[in-house]
Amino acid sequence: MRYFLFLILVVGSPIVTAIEWEEQRIFKGANGGETLRVISSTDSSVFAPIIDSFLSAHPYLNIEYRVASSTGIYNEYRQSPDQYDLVISSAMDLQLKLVNDGYAFALDDVDHPEWAQWRQSLFGFTLEPASIVVNKSAFGNLPVPQSRQEMIEVLRANPDVFRGKIGTYDVRQSGLGYLFATQDARASDNYWRLMEIFGNLETRLYCCSGAMIEDLAQGRIAIAFNVLGSYAAARSDLAEKIEIVLPSDFPNIMMRTALIAKSTRRVRSAGLFLRYLVSSRWNDDAGQANTLPSLHLPSIKDKRSIIALEPGLMIFLDRLKRQSFIKEWENAVIH
Amino acid sequence: MTSSTANISGSLRRTLAITLLCAVTVLTVLLYFVIRNYAAQIAQQSQDSILQASVTSMLDATKLREGVVEMDIPYVSFSMLNTATDDRVFYTVHQDDKVLSGYDDLQVPQMATDANIVFRSINYKDIPVRQATASRMLVGDGLRTQITASIAQTQDNLSVTLQRISRNAAVFGAGFFLLAALLSAWVVSSTIRPLKKLASSVTRRGPQDLSPVAMPVPTEMGSLVSSLNNFMSRLEKSLTQSEDFIAEAAHRVRTPIATVRSHAEITLQRVEKEENRQALKAMIRATDEASRAAGQLLDHAMVTFRAEQLEFQEFDLVALVEEIVLRLTPIAEMRYVELCLQGDATVMVSGDPILIQNAVRNLIDNALKYSPHESVATITVRSNPAPYVEVQDQGAGYPVQEMKQLTGRFSRGKNSHGTVGSGLGLTIAREVALAHNGELTIANTPQGGACATFSF
Repeated sequence: MRYFLFLILVVGSPIVTAIEWEEQRIFKGANGGETLRVISSTDSSVFAPIIDSFLSAHPYLNIEYRVASSTGIYNEYRQSPDQYDLVISSAMDLQLKLVNDGYAFALDDVDHPEWAQWRQSLFGFTLEPASIVVNKSAFGNLPVPQSRQEMIEVLRANPDVFRGKIGTYDVRQSGLGYLFATQDARASDNYWRLMEIFGNLETRLYCCSGAMIEDLAQGRIAIAFNVLGSYAAARSDLAEKIEIVLPSDFPNIMMRTALIAKSTRRVRSAGLFLRYLVSSRWNDDAGQANTLPSLHLPSIKDKRSIIALEPGLMIFLDRLKRQSFIKEWENAVIH
Repeated sequence: MTSSTANISGSLRRTLAITLLCAVTVLTVLLYFVIRNYAAQIAQQSQDSILQASVTSMLDATKLREGVVEMDIPYVSFSMLNTATDDRVFYTVHQDDKVLSGYDDLQVPQMATDANIVFRSINYKDIPVRQATASRMLVGDGLRTQITASIAQTQDNLSVTLQRISRNAAVFGAGFFLLAALLSAWVVSSTIRPLKKLASSVTRRGPQDLSPVAMPVPTEMGSLVSSLNNFMSRLEKSLTQSEDFIAEAAHRVRTPIATVRSHAEITLQRVEKEENRQALKAMIRATDEASRAAGQLLDHAMVTFRAEQLEFQEFDLVALVEEIVLRLTPIAEMRYVELCLQGDATVMVSGDPILIQNAVRNLIDNALKYSPHESVATITVRSNPAPYVEVQDQGAGYPVQEMKQLTGRFSRGKNSHGTVGSGLGLTIAREVALAHNGELTIANTPQGGACATFSF
């Protein structure tokens, strides 16, 4: 279920004002008393099974679940940190910066692998690769590209087929898009070549994964680049229409991370929910495809393709660095 | 003999041990702090050098383009600051006095013009951080501008490292302490050892042994041992002198006593009056006693002298005893005592025959003296189990309560009244026995007689 969907094609940087929530939902436990205030960048439809299974184990709690973009969440939480108990976001860099700047509450006794946590404050609980998702019918006889390089070749060879049919994140809007873009740029020069081509082919820019996948399903676009494969896979109704490709040259795998607000007065309940998230138990409890891939994805052998939780993530959040990156990106993608 | 006790106050071993342990403890504590301090410095230096690399890489990434400062910080600037404890990182970049990027409220120290980099430990957001600051002058298109970059990092990893180092230093210190304590124990015992050796060598000495201590001793004990040697030689000299004096005195009085006796005997022949005769007889008995005492004193002096320079030779003990018995038979007959020699035919022994003759004669002499009339004194010589001479009489035996003291000098049994003697007989026999590594045992026979055994 989607309450608010935005397709943003606005040029220019957003001005930080009162946040506009994409969704606000209250999940009530059977004997709900205390209410946990959770802000998240994850659509409630994807997250609902997790919350439901948590509340069935802890029926004395309610969860107020608000959804906004990862950048929106980051700004909102920095402005009023005492309004929320738990922050869940796909933008690892923004989350890490929140912890670094002292906005998170440390839980000492969470049994979690070293690589999936930072300062016992930020905990990764999903592994979600950045994927190339294609609409099979739009490709026709053309080969579905398996890597960035192959995609460059396909696009160069068939500019007319794909003009206006490519979608990717607007890195100025989407924290996750920015994270994927910077990690891609860090890994290979191919990224800029690809962006040049995207610019030439009048690429559509999206704020969020959901909107991009929706358009892909409707056939408005043929390729969604760097979109979360997990979102696409969660749409089981689209399984026939789309194909999810993990780029074989270098996949970027994101961890959805959660932190407990520094000033929360519901440490115990927030701790319970966070422990539940990192335990991956929801993966079994929910028992359905329509949910997030847990941290223990058997298909991911190489931990190096997981974006590391380390101070380096904050580099691209530097004002000057971000400015120059956005400038370069705009030069490439927007004409 | 009395065993004297020393006036003991304190213990060298304990004093030495306590002193050494104190020194070791002080050293251990010192060592612990020195190691810890040194390690802390090194740990801080390693953090500093990473901070320096990071801040330098940031500065290197700044450039002036068309009068505008651009800064393309490499990813590695921060990722190199990754630590096991996920230390937090704060940074700020200033252009002249204006904040260009980073954390506005992170204070930057005044840079001295000649300083490359400044490190300091400060509190930022109420947490202790280590801060490295460096600056660089950018020049271009008539513009000169000073770029200052500063990186601060929390010190969680450093304190974890320090804890680990402290723990290791403590373990190391404990090991050092244990080893040093063991070494101290060894040092104490090896220092004390010569003293113990000296003590035991002096304790093991025979009662007559006053020879100087010959074993090598450490310098520190030299004066003690030379004093001891000196003391013993004076003691020996004084003993010898007194023995000499006694022998000389005995020798000198013997002749006059013999003269007095012969005169008394002659006079006894002439005197008719019974009371006078009694007086003379008493006189003769007294001179006999004096003569015998003088003789025994001489014997004793001789025994003491010869015992010191013992000359061993092989001889037949039976022949020696036979000769004594032969010589004493007339005296025995005068007392109506029969001397009976029995035992093995020959018993070869090694020793000083003169001393042994003296000892055996004294024993038989004693037996004769305490034997009643018409009795038998039995002398047994055998070689099994060890060569021995046993003299047994049929007298009253030794007084049971005094047996232990009887072999001491000038000690006589309570029952000896009316018997001529000096009390040196058993002493002489015993000293001879001891000089031959043998012993003299005295006992009473079941029939009540005395039995003295001289064994090798």
